[in-house]
Amino acid sequence: MAETAAVMEQRKPKKSSLAKRNTERFLRNKLAVMGLLIVLFVVVLCLIAPLLTDYDPAKISLSERIQAPSSTHLFGTDKIGRDVFARVLYGGRMSILIGLSGAIGGMILGVIIGSFCGLYGGWLDSFFVKVAELVSSIPQLLLVLVLVAIVGQSMRNLIFVFIFTGWIATFRLVRGRFFSLREESFVEASRAFGISNVSIAFRHILPNCLGPVVVQLTLNTAGFILQEAALSFIGLGVPSSVPTWGNIMDAAKEIMVISNYPWLWVFPGVAIALFVLGVNFFGDGLRDVFDPNQM
Amino acid sequence: MSEQLNENILTLKGLKVQFRVGRRLVKAVNGVDLNVRRGKTLGLVGESGCGKSVTAHAIMRLLPKAGFIPEGEVTYYSNEGTVDILKHNPKGKTLRDLRGRQISMIFQDPLASLNPVYRIGDQIVENIRQHNRVPKEAAMKRTVEMLKQLSIPQAEKRVLDYPHQFSGGMKQRVMIAMGLINDPELLIADEPTTALDVTIQAQILELMQDLQKKLGFTIIIITHNMGIVADMADDIAVMYMGKIVEFGSKREIFLNPAHPYTKALLKSVPVLGSGSNSRLEPIRGNTPDPSEMPEGCTFAPRCDFAMDICKTDPPNFDVGGGHMSRCWLCKGGNGQ
Amino acid sequence: MNEKQVKLPNEHDKDVLLNIKDLKKYFPITAGFFKKTVGHIRAVDDISLYVKRGETVGLVGESGCGKTTLGKCIVRLQQPTAGALEYRFGEKFSDMLQLSKKEKFAAHRKIQMVFQDPYSSLNPVKNIFTAFDEPMRVHGMKNPEERKEKIAHLLESVNLPADYMYRYPHEFSGGQRQRICIARALCVDPELVVCDEPVSALDVSIQAQVLNLMKDLQDKLNLTYVFIAHDLSVVEYMSDRIAVMYLGKIMEIAKSKSLYYDARHPYTEALLSAIPIPRIEEKKGRIILEGDVPSPANPPKGCRFHTRCRKCIDICTKEEPKFLPTKDDPEHFVACHLAETVDPSELES
Repeated sequence: MAETAAVMEQRKPKKSSLAKRNTERFLRNKLAVMGLLIVLFVVVLCLIAPLLTDYDPAKISLSERIQAPSSTHLFGTDKIGRDVFARVLYGGRMSILIGLSGAIGGMILGVIIGSFCGLYGGWLDSFFVKVAELVSSIPQLLLVLVLVAIVGQSMRNLIFVFIFTGWIATFRLVRGRFFSLREESFVEASRAFGISNVSIAFRHILPNCLGPVVVQLTLNTAGFILQEAALSFIGLGVPSSVPTWGNIMDAAKEIMVISNYPWLWVFPGVAIALFVLGVNFFGDGLRDVFDPNQM
Repeated sequence: MSEQLNENILTLKGLKVQFRVGRRLVKAVNGVDLNVRRGKTLGLVGESGCGKSVTAHAIMRLLPKAGFIPEGEVTYYSNEGTVDILKHNPKGKTLRDLRGRQISMIFQDPLASLNPVYRIGDQIVENIRQHNRVPKEAAMKRTVEMLKQLSIPQAEKRVLDYPHQFSGGMKQRVMIAMGLINDPELLIADEPTTALDVTIQAQILELMQDLQKKLGFTIIIITHNMGIVADMADDIAVMYMGKIVEFGSKREIFLNPAHPYTKALLKSVPVLGSGSNSRLEPIRGNTPDPSEMPEGCTFAPRCDFAMDICKTDPPNFDVGGGHMSRCWLCKGGNGQ
Repeated sequence: MNEKQVKLPNEHDKDVLLNIKDLKKYFPITAGFFKKTVGHIRAVDDISLYVKRGETVGLVGESGCGKTTLGKCIVRLQQPTAGALEYRFGEKFSDMLQLSKKEKFAAHRKIQMVFQDPYSSLNPVKNIFTAFDEPMRVHGMKNPEERKEKIAHLLESVNLPADYMYRYPHEFSGGQRQRICIARALCVDPELVVCDEPVSALDVSIQAQVLNLMKDLQDKLNLTYVFIAHDLSVVEYMSDRIAVMYLGKIMEIAKSKSLYYDARHPYTEALLSAIPIPRIEEKKGRIILEGDVPSPANPPKGCRFHTRCRKCIDICTKEEPKFLPTKDDPEHFVACHLAETVDPSELES
C-alpha cells in the first residue's frame, strides 16, 4: 500500500486538470483573449506612466495652453497647459482604481450577505432581499447628491457609493446559486457525512459560485468606470484636482471644445471605450468558461 | 392492404447522418439499411447515443440545424405513391403533408410536445384541419371520438382542458391521439414510455397494440428497453454506434442472437423472476466517443470474441431467414 | 417455509440492524402570502420496517410513492415528522432521532447513501481526493498518509486506478462517477448503505457493472443495503427482501422469491405483470391498472389502492387494512383485506 502512495505522489499532476481545462476553454475564445490583452495593455501603460512621459499631469503651464498633438505633447495640452497624454495615463490609474475597488468592495459585501442568506434563509434572507430591492430603487445620482451634500466630494465617497449599490448584483447571484446548489446531490452527500452546514457552505457551495462572481466583478468594474466618467463629467464625481478619465473629459462640456479641440476629449474617451470593451470581452469569455451547464 | 403495394412501407439504404459540433464531425448514423414491414411493429433498440433517435428524426426530416444527411436513401411506399424522402425539401409541401398525415411521431417527453397555452382539443383540431378540409365541428367530433378510443374518461369535457391539467400518462395518450388523428400509415414512437411509471407504461403499450390491431398502421418503436421490444415488436433492429448490428424477427433475436453485442445486452439486464442467483454479465468498457470511432467493427474493443479481422468493418451477413448480423463470426452463414 | 412463529422483530433480535417504527414524514403545503399551511403531502405515512445485518432490502414503487423520502429519513437528510429509527450501535440499540448531537454525528459514519444522479453527486470544483478526504478527516482519521492510502485502496476496490484521485469529476463517464460515489460512501466504513436508484441514470450496458460491483462489495465488507429503485427487475436482482410501496405506505414485503412467485397484494401482482420482460418464451397475462396514482396530499379513504384495484370490495373503501404477517410465512407482510393474515391479537409485541 505504501508503495502505491509513493507511486501516486509521482503521478500527481502539477496543475489541476480543472484549471487546465478552464484555461484551454478560455484560450479558445479569441475575443476573450483579445479583451484580456487590451486590459493588460491599458493597465500596464498606466502603471508605467512615469517611464512613458516626463510631464506631471497636474503641472500647469500657461505658456503651453491648448496645443494640438505634437511630438512634444503627444496628445496635446488642455486649457491650462497640462499634458493630456500624462493626464490620460495617470487618470487611468485613478479610474481603474475607483472602478476596481468599488467592484471588489461590492463583491465582498455581496458574497458575505449572499452566502448568509443562502445558508440560513428565513427572515434574515427576506430582510436582505427587501433591502436590496430598496437600494436598487434609489437613483444613483440621488445617492451621490446626498453624499456630496453631507460629506463633500472625494474619491473615497464615490467608491463608497459604488460599493453601496454594487453588492446587490453579486448578492442576488450568490444567493440564487446557494439555493440551487443546496439541492444538488453532492451537498446532500456531504450532509449525509454529518459535515456542518457552515463547512458545506464555504467549502462546497461557495467555490461553485466563484466563477460567476468573478464574471460579475469584471462587469461591475467596467460599469463603475463608465459611471465614474459620467459623474465626473457633470462635476459630481472625483474632485477636479484628481485626474480621472471622467475629469479629463469634463473640459468637453463646452461646445467650442468639442468642435475645435477634439484631442481634449477624444483621447480619454477612446481610453475609456477601449478599456471597458476589453473588460467586457474578458468577462464574457470568463462567463463561458464558468457556465455551469458545461460543467 | 392492396396487392400491388410493396411489402415494405419504408426502406432505408445506407443512411448517414452527421453533426457538426464546433470543429468536430460526429457521425451519429453511419450507414443504416432497414426494411420496415407494412402493418408490423419494428423495434429499434440501442443504448443512448447509438443513433436510434437520430435515425427516426432523419426519416421525418426533422433534424436540428447542425445535422445533415451526406448520403443514403429513404423511400416511403404509401398507398398514394412512392416518396423518396431525402429528395424533397424538409420544409416543402410534400414532406409537411407526409409528416402530419401519413407518418406521425410521438416523443419521449409529452410535456414538451404539447403547447401549454392552447386547449388540448384545439391542438388536435388544428392538426386535423391542417391536412383536411373539414369544418371545425366535425373535427372536434372526431377528436372526442379519438380520445374516447384512447380511454380518456369524459373526453367531451377534457378537450376543453389545458395540457397542465393532464397527468403524464394522460398527456402521452393525448400525444398518441394527436399522432393517430389523421389515420397515418406509420407511427414512429421515440421512447414513448420512458418518462412514465411502469403501470402507466403497461397501459400505454397495451393501448398502442390494441389500436394497431384496429387501425392497421405500422409502428416503429424506439427504446433502450429489451423488455418492451419483447412485448411489442415483430422485427427487431439492434443499433450500436450508428449502425444496425443485428436485424431479425423477434423470435430470432431473442432465441438465436448472432451478434455478440445483442448476446451481451440480453445477458446484462436483470430478468424478473430469475432472482439474484444468476449473476449478470456486464459488457466491459464504455461506449466510445462518437467523434472518435474505432476502426472496423465499433464493438470490437468491448467484444469478448474480437479477432484480427475485426479491424475491418464487417458487412451484413445473412444468418438465415432474413436474420442479418454485422459480425465476422457470422460469415459462415448460420452464425454458430 | 421458515419456522412458524408470529413474532415481530424487536431489539432482542441480535441481527436486526435497523428497525423503523411507525415512521411518518409529512411535507406542509403552503399557500397565500403568509405561507399558511393548507395541507400535507404524506410522503411517508406510518411505515414500519426492519433491516437485518448483511441483507439487502429493496424498496420499489412508482414515482411519488415516498421511497426516496424514506431513504433520506434513514440517512437523516430529512427529519421525520413522527416515529422512531432504531439502530444497533454495537451492543446498544437506540432511536437515532433521540441521540445527542455528538452521537448523531457519529451515527452518520454508520449509515451512508448513494444518490441517483452521478452527475450532480460530485462537486465539480473538487477533485476526487478532496471529496474523499474531507469526510474521513471530520470523522477522526487523523493521519493524512493513512487517508491517502485508504482513498487509493477504495478506488482500486471499485476497479479504478488509484491515481485517478487527482482527477476532477468532469473527466469521468457516468458509470465511473457512480463507482466513485459508491467508493466515497464507503470511505467512513459504514455498515448500512442506502442506495437511491443507483443505476437508473446509467446506460443499460453499464448498469450490470455497477450492480455486480455493489454485490461484490457487500460480500467483501459485510454491508447492509437498502436498495431503492422503480425497476422491479433490478431490485429483485439485488435484494433478499422487497418492500412494495404505494402512496407513502408499504403494501407488501416478502423475500424476493416469495414476492415474485406468491404475491398477495393486488398492487404487487399488477406491478409484477406490468414489467416488460426481455424474454419471449414466458409471457404472463398483463394486468392493466386503470387510472393514475392519486395525489399523496389527499390519499383515498380506506385502502389507498382501492381506486385502482380490480379486486376491490366494500370494506376496502371504508377501512384501512392493517399491515400484518401472512399465516404461512411470518416474514411475508401484507396490507390487504383479502389476504390471509394472522389476527392482530396473535401478535407478540
